[in-house]
Amino acid sequence: METTINVPKGVSNLCKRIIPCLDIASGRTVKGVNFKGLVDAGDPIAQSLEYERQGADEIMFLDITASNENRKTTLDLVCEVAGQLTIPLTVGGGVSTAKDVINLLEAGADKVSMNTAAVRNPGLIDEVAKGFGSQCCVVAIDARMDKVTGRWKVLIGGGREETALDALEWAKECITRGAGEILLTSWDKDGTRDGFDIPLTKAFSQLSIPIIASGGAAGADYFVEVFNEGKADAALAASIFHFSEWTVRQVKDVLKEQGVKVRL
Amino acid sequence: MNAPNNIDKLNIATAVDVIDAAGGNVGSLCRALERLGVEYRRVNASNRKLGDRPIILPGVGAFGAVMDNLVNSQLVDPIKEAIAKGVPFLGICVGLQVLFESSEETPGVAGLSILPGKVVRFTEGKIPQIGWNSVESTSSEWPSGFVYFVNSYFAEPAQPDAVLFKSEYFQTFCAAVQKENITAFQFHPEKSGDYGMTLLETWLAKAKINEAKLLVERS
Repeated sequence: METTINVPKGVSNLCKRIIPCLDIASGRTVKGVNFKGLVDAGDPIAQSLEYERQGADEIMFLDITASNENRKTTLDLVCEVAGQLTIPLTVGGGVSTAKDVINLLEAGADKVSMNTAAVRNPGLIDEVAKGFGSQCCVVAIDARMDKVTGRWKVLIGGGREETALDALEWAKECITRGAGEILLTSWDKDGTRDGFDIPLTKAFSQLSIPIIASGGAAGADYFVEVFNEGKADAALAASIFHFSEWTVRQVKDVLKEQGVKVRL
Repeated sequence: MNAPNNIDKLNIATAVDVIDAAGGNVGSLCRALERLGVEYRRVNASNRKLGDRPIILPGVGAFGAVMDNLVNSQLVDPIKEAIAKGVPFLGICVGLQVLFESSEETPGVAGLSILPGKVVRFTEGKIPQIGWNSVESTSSEWPSGFVYFVNSYFAEPAQPDAVLFKSEYFQTFCAAVQKENITAFQFHPEKSGDYGMTLLETWLAKAKINEAKLLVERS
């Protein structure tokens, strides 16, 4: 199976995607979302619908709930959001078994993102891809540069634990196992607000499946860079949108001016 | 960005059958139907009664797996009979692909073969194609717009007039088909914003007109 691609010829009208990400715990948005004029700053439903209105291409929920009892709350939330949202919803965080995936899809999630569980049990990727299709099978990779080798290592457990896995090789394995998309987070850039990790994104964008770049977004110019230089297929961001610094629409307007294909 | 939502909800079909034996997940489509106020019955191996309501066949996963599921659920004949009777039919994603004769995804497995043609794989770019692409309508009855795709394969209808929408992904491909009472979308209308909802409503409105016609013919 080919895991990398050549530069394609021909015309494509496929748009680059902007994906706001909400951190969810016990059915509420955490890490403060602060929309101007929004009464309840912790309501993920109102926030998702606001992002949809602004022109978001997809919504991502990252479930950071620690306990299992609260997972039910997440499923109820997914069901309620999916009932109102007319754009795709991806849910990640704590997905560890095929049963978790079934529950999320049945609730109305369109895609499920797996991270630590996929590293510990790579067969989970095959199981999800074979059972429900690659289209719903997103593998999230947390990568950090190994200064000695100049290559990227895979981190798990929310960045707390470094593995021996080479991130690019791991991504290729995910593709052969049936992953449909890679959500790539740079742990050198996450939270720095000084731009996406362009070398990392560029290295991964030669892979044969779409790459969602994440970590470091702080202004529209960084999105231009991650698409034009990094060749990402989509970009995920949280705080830049949560604090109303930029609306999704404003970012897309700048992208369009800079020649990036977006859905307006 | 989105087409105006000007379809009278009183003039759309309000009850449909959703085939959920085709693999994958119908949760997303069911949520969309609930938004439109459309009642649905989930049809599978345990209740194979089809034909008195418009039918939606959503499908994800591999062509062969979807066909296996339809065969094992003994739904192939009921689907063919309903379509032959003139019942409005909407295929979504692999639900479009299985209408054709064969697919490069699963060589040797026959499709429903209701429409002549085959399903082929994209040859360039990231595969699957994931995201929003624009579709160009070939019919004045259906608007053009942006829709959400997730596909590695697409249909090549043998009858060029069956192509309802065209789109570009490093090559021109068929994004929707329309032939008599059959409509099918390669993309996901249930995840394609207001425009996608407009497409579902347009189909439901046509299904409503068709229902009335069938009633007249039967009486």
